[in-house]
Amino acid sequence: MSADEQKKNWRVVKIALIVCVASFLFGFRVMPPIYRIACEHIFGIKYENKVADGAKVAAFKEDDARLVEVQFIGTVNSALKWTFAPEVFSIKVHPGVLTEAWFDASNLAPDAIVGNAVPSIAPNRASLYFNKTECFCFTEQTLKAGESRRMPVRFVVDPKLPTDIKQLTLSYTFYNNEIATKRLAAQGAESKPSS
Amino acid sequence: MANHAAHADDHAHDDHDHKPEGFLDRWLFTTNHKDIGTLYLVFAFTMAIIGAGMSVVIRTELAAPGLQHVQPYFFNQMTTLHALVMIFGAIMPAFVGLANWMIPLQIGAPDMALPRMNNWSFWIMPFAFLMLLGTLFMPGGGPAGGWTMYPPLALQGGASVAFMVFAIHMMGISSIMGAINIIATILNLRAPGVDLLKMPLFTWSWLITAFLLIAVMPVLAGAVTMLLTDKFFGTSFFNAAGGGDPVMFQHIFWFFGHPEVYIMILPAFGIVSEIIPTFSRKPLFGYQAMVYAIASIAFLSFIVWAHHMFTVGMPLGGELFFMYSTMLIAIPTGVKVFNWVSTMWKGSLTFETPMLWAIGFVVLFTIGGFSGLMLAIVPADFQYHDTYFVVAHFHYVLVTGALFSIIAAIYYWWPKWTGRMVNETWGKVHFWWTIVFVNLTFFPQHFLGLAGMPRRIPDYNVAFADWNLVSSIGAFGMFVTPWMMIAIFAMSKKKGAVASQRPWEGAHGLEWEVPSPAPHHTFTTPPVIKPGMLAHGDVSH
Repeated sequence: MSADEQKKNWRVVKIALIVCVASFLFGFRVMPPIYRIACEHIFGIKYENKVADGAKVAAFKEDDARLVEVQFIGTVNSALKWTFAPEVFSIKVHPGVLTEAWFDASNLAPDAIVGNAVPSIAPNRASLYFNKTECFCFTEQTLKAGESRRMPVRFVVDPKLPTDIKQLTLSYTFYNNEIATKRLAAQGAESKPSS
Repeated sequence: MANHAAHADDHAHDDHDHKPEGFLDRWLFTTNHKDIGTLYLVFAFTMAIIGAGMSVVIRTELAAPGLQHVQPYFFNQMTTLHALVMIFGAIMPAFVGLANWMIPLQIGAPDMALPRMNNWSFWIMPFAFLMLLGTLFMPGGGPAGGWTMYPPLALQGGASVAFMVFAIHMMGISSIMGAINIIATILNLRAPGVDLLKMPLFTWSWLITAFLLIAVMPVLAGAVTMLLTDKFFGTSFFNAAGGGDPVMFQHIFWFFGHPEVYIMILPAFGIVSEIIPTFSRKPLFGYQAMVYAIASIAFLSFIVWAHHMFTVGMPLGGELFFMYSTMLIAIPTGVKVFNWVSTMWKGSLTFETPMLWAIGFVVLFTIGGFSGLMLAIVPADFQYHDTYFVVAHFHYVLVTGALFSIIAAIYYWWPKWTGRMVNETWGKVHFWWTIVFVNLTFFPQHFLGLAGMPRRIPDYNVAFADWNLVSSIGAFGMFVTPWMMIAIFAMSKKKGAVASQRPWEGAHGLEWEVPSPAPHHTFTTPPVIKPGMLAHGDVSH
């Protein structure tokens, strides 16, 4: 093979390798943020789980004429020995009114466990119009062995909720936060001998 | 080999091949495109038999309702490994093997552009599959979460997850190097006069496939790397508890996965576009349209991925987009099918074995294409999703599509590779045997799927018993075919009729300008292209 041909081949190899590295980075580093952007800005699904902007919620005007049904579902992941359920399964609310709902969780395991609740709203296009001002899902929940807890969620439905949505479902799944649970167990083991 | 050495003197007059002597030098250190092509084909054939053995386990268990032979967990390992072995171990290496053998011959090049990398890209494969199949003998068994590796299920496996991920990394590296080699060969080593739009369609289809490979195999590598870090390093890309999203894995996986299905079918289109004109004794109808159809299918393959996951709860806008873009693929694919039919129209057809396989491809692949269109319809897909209808669909496109084309290609180019003809009678027995049993296996699966039988289950409702038995009988009949194939080609190699340089009357192209069997080194000086030498040399449409 002549030196000229070799040069030509290496040019192709270099370009092809750049394509490979770019597409690896595309899959590994670019697709996750793109997925998030597509969810939030194209399909209108709220991805972030955080406290609603207070000023925005305060500006909502109550819509007396309209009632929206909000249903609650509580599920526990199979790796977590808890019970978890809403106190009421469904309430009717006027958009723009701050409402409170309570969930009950009990730890059935013999040890303290840290759990995290992950929320989901259906239909998913309603998620942008559902504002939580307080939620047990924003923080880790630690339950000692046998402990039970009532946990609130306070929310306002945006009056701009599309009129064809008459019912929405707020569901929570509780997961075992294994890292935090391990940390807790390690702290317990450390503090015990000293006491 | 010993035999060869003993008769070295007899061969000295007619054989100036300068093949390396000893076995290791010839095969382990080879940089010759023909030898590497042979290695790929032998490897793919071995893997195909292993994968077929797994499908026999699956179909034996499914022959009757209830659990009789294997436990569900082992059954799931079989379905998972059957898919991985067939896709990455059989179909893809077989096409790469054909590419290695035929592309330099078709474009008048002395070898692949990067022969040493070629050797490396083959020899990674056996080790990747040793790792993957080795998991079957480890505590905890092989991967059992399906070849699509959806989390969280796939992450619940034991050590097999890591082995599967690293095996896929290695297969990916091998495919990428193979693809780079093919691109460099086609772009740089064409003989003077073989312009891009005069290249044979098999070469064209591989040029486009190679671009698909380098664009999507790294995405798969990224996806499985995220699985690995989720499982072993505490990240939460796909872990809902940690704020990740398992559905995102499906998006990334199918962004690779859909182009992947075209990686497995575009070279098949190329092969069939070579064989049908030969035995119709007519130039391919609409050569340029065929090239552009392949290119547009390749482009569309990047924007349809979410049709594999209509039931995850996608927004309506997304479902509509992916439904329409998927249906759009039917247009270039239809162009191809109609062009094959038009090539045969008013041709002087003869039905030698390769032609039978090619026609079988056109008819049965089209059935697979149509069931694909049914699956593309969102509301219908909600019913079909994860049923045996899907299994029937992808086996029609992969077995009677990709695999048929590979068998057709072996029958078609075998005389060039070995200098021996294949027994036509036995070739036809092989074909008709396969046609009967492949349809017996997969056609009833359409009915099962429409009736609601889910895929990936070892036991089922008794209502599905009859068609499952029919399907299993078909699968047992199919399992005869690889052994039949070994016998047919061994017979040909030993005492087949001697093949001429152009064993098929209507064959055109540079590969038919070298003697049969093709010498170890061909086109060491670029060929001078004369009118009529290239199949598409004077085609302007």
